[in-house]
Amino acid sequence: MSAILPPAQRIWWKQPIDKIEWTWILIALTWSLFMFGMMVYWHINGKQNLSTEVYKTTREMYAAKAEKMVSEYQIRTETEQNIPVVKVPEGGDAYLIARLWQWWPILELEKGKTYRLHLSAMDYQHGFSLQPVNINIQVLPGYDHVVKITPNKEGVYSIVCNEYCGIGHHTMLGRIYVK
Amino acid sequence: MATTYRICPRTGLQFDTKAEKLMRWNAVAGVLALLVGGITALLVILTRWPAVKLLPADQFYMILTAHGVDMLIVWIIFFEVAVLYFASSTLLRCRLATPTLGWVAFWLMVVGAIVANVAIFGGESSVMMTSYAPMQAKPHFYLGLILFAVGALVSCFIFLGTLVVAKAEKTYDGSIPLVTFGALTACIIAIFTIASGAIILIPTFLWSVGYIKEIDPQMYRILWWGMGHSSQQINVSAHVAIWYLIAAVVFGAKPLSEKVSRSAYFLYILFLQLASAHHLLSDPGLGSEWKVLNTSYFMYFAVMASMIHGFTVPGAIEAAQRKKGFTKGMFEWLRKAPWGNPVFSGMFISLVVFGFIGGISGVVLGTEQINMLMHNTFYVPGHFHSTVAGGTTLAFMALTYLLVPVLFKREIIMPGAAKIQPYLFGIGMAATSLVMMGAGTLGVSRRHWDMAFSGAPFQYEWPGSAYLMMGLTGVFGLITVIGGALWILIVVGSLLFGKKLEEGTVSAKRTPFAPDTVASSVSSTGNADHVAVPGTMALAGLLLTAFVLYYFVNWKYLSEVWQLG
Repeated sequence: MSAILPPAQRIWWKQPIDKIEWTWILIALTWSLFMFGMMVYWHINGKQNLSTEVYKTTREMYAAKAEKMVSEYQIRTETEQNIPVVKVPEGGDAYLIARLWQWWPILELEKGKTYRLHLSAMDYQHGFSLQPVNINIQVLPGYDHVVKITPNKEGVYSIVCNEYCGIGHHTMLGRIYVK
Repeated sequence: MATTYRICPRTGLQFDTKAEKLMRWNAVAGVLALLVGGITALLVILTRWPAVKLLPADQFYMILTAHGVDMLIVWIIFFEVAVLYFASSTLLRCRLATPTLGWVAFWLMVVGAIVANVAIFGGESSVMMTSYAPMQAKPHFYLGLILFAVGALVSCFIFLGTLVVAKAEKTYDGSIPLVTFGALTACIIAIFTIASGAIILIPTFLWSVGYIKEIDPQMYRILWWGMGHSSQQINVSAHVAIWYLIAAVVFGAKPLSEKVSRSAYFLYILFLQLASAHHLLSDPGLGSEWKVLNTSYFMYFAVMASMIHGFTVPGAIEAAQRKKGFTKGMFEWLRKAPWGNPVFSGMFISLVVFGFIGGISGVVLGTEQINMLMHNTFYVPGHFHSTVAGGTTLAFMALTYLLVPVLFKREIIMPGAAKIQPYLFGIGMAATSLVMMGAGTLGVSRRHWDMAFSGAPFQYEWPGSAYLMMGLTGVFGLITVIGGALWILIVVGSLLFGKKLEEGTVSAKRTPFAPDTVASSVSSTGNADHVAVPGTMALAGLLLTAFVLYYFVNWKYLSEVWQLG
């Protein structure tokens, strides 16, 4: 029962290691290093990497930019709350505001074109969860996170908030159209 | 400060009477927290089950906060303190350092746990286990957690003090036992964790009472996870130590090699905490290099350590069984293992659930890019229920079957029910975790009251399979809760009504280790005693195959979503 007794050999660190254990250790090490390499590889050749373009911002600054974008590119409003629908030009900056309990505004994008999607929160932390694609990004107040996105399929997409943000959390649903 | 020592007539273990009492009280406090955690688990399950949807939103978020805090912090840490006292004073056959301070620590933890629970159940502190700033709880929520952490920290130092006492009083020869080494690993990680917790919880408390104006949410997250994930690494170290302990007690198994097992623990100390960065992979404020470095390179050394333990624990059992003559074929040693003994079955199911489900999902979840598919989805609780509940909690349950007769001197009541309990809880939890991960893969978010988004300006309909998965989560979750309730019933019932067992001899003087034990237990590597372990190698190969396949399936999923950069 030596796992609960002091080791039999006082100098246990000089014991030889059995071949089968060495084999498994080497397999485990190789696999670990491979997984490390895989992430680096994906940064070079993969097409889905989370952007690291981030700016410090304030609620007021960010909201002003979003409102400016809406006043320039609004094409209509939707729902009883008159949420503006904004058609952003290709390569343009699309600002999305996360706040209790709303994603604002609605974005209209085109398939195969690339946009700079800005994410920031006005109050608490929120979670950008694009469905049914299932891309999930944390959204923090005070940080303007710029993610370059290229939609690859047409359709109506929903943004579910997946970071708990209070009692109305489950009503925080946004929309992106891809045409 | 005189104490007495009792030799348990059933196991030969020696208990310092004062330490024994502390172990009992800490374990009982843990079980009470598990009871609260279990009741809240039931309510959470019945609410997230779309066909049932029991609680209204405000109560659901409150109950979910209580469930997280009582399970992940209160239950597990109380039990771990008992394990620390056991692994030091009992295994080293010495007296516990400063038992009076042990009671101070105990009451700090009790008061802290109660204060935090009062804050949660009083409402207005439904901030979840993570309590991310800038969402604010009542000051006594943070205060309760701080008091609890201080108590736990004091217990860690009593454990270290006891190691010093044992060394100074020469109660053992050479090095500390492997299980104590594992407990020491847990203790070192715990001290780091609590320090990290103090750095974030104290300012957060001051913020909640108005002395600090603002807390940067990104900084909060980095520091919070220094505590949040590391605290789960205490559990890993502790339950791996319990696996070794149970293998030693049930089979008389020796580690294949002390060097390998101890080095793997050492890797935990060096690298596990850095792995906490994998909670931040979808965060804006951190660079890719930082993420790749911390969550891959460093985390993978810890992953490697777990893969090593996952090999050496069953390997030790296989070697011991083969020595007893179970040598037919690859798996006779496993088939002929005592599957009706809840101590063994609980331990082995814990090993399998932790390794196959928790381990693999954890690494996939912790891969920088793949994380985007799972971050904050129901996959995350799926992962940690297989590690913390299926792994740690089940290992603790298995250990309890061993400790009730030894520590509480009571026979286990309802032996038939005890036989099936680990299967009910372990397999129930494994199935629950799998369907939770399934729902998460389909996008269902965690901490979300209503899958139907009632009251939202738009409609979004989850795929039918997501509803199916959530329904199955309800069914399997219920089975798991029944398994957990059965355990509480058996343990509490045994403490109250179990047949009293003989106490054994109590003496004012310590009985040292029998002089021949160390010399007679020859290590197995590098001598004639050495036994090959082909069965374990086959199991390890199976694990690796499952791991590789699942890993690449997820890269495939990722390659099909929108392009991002």
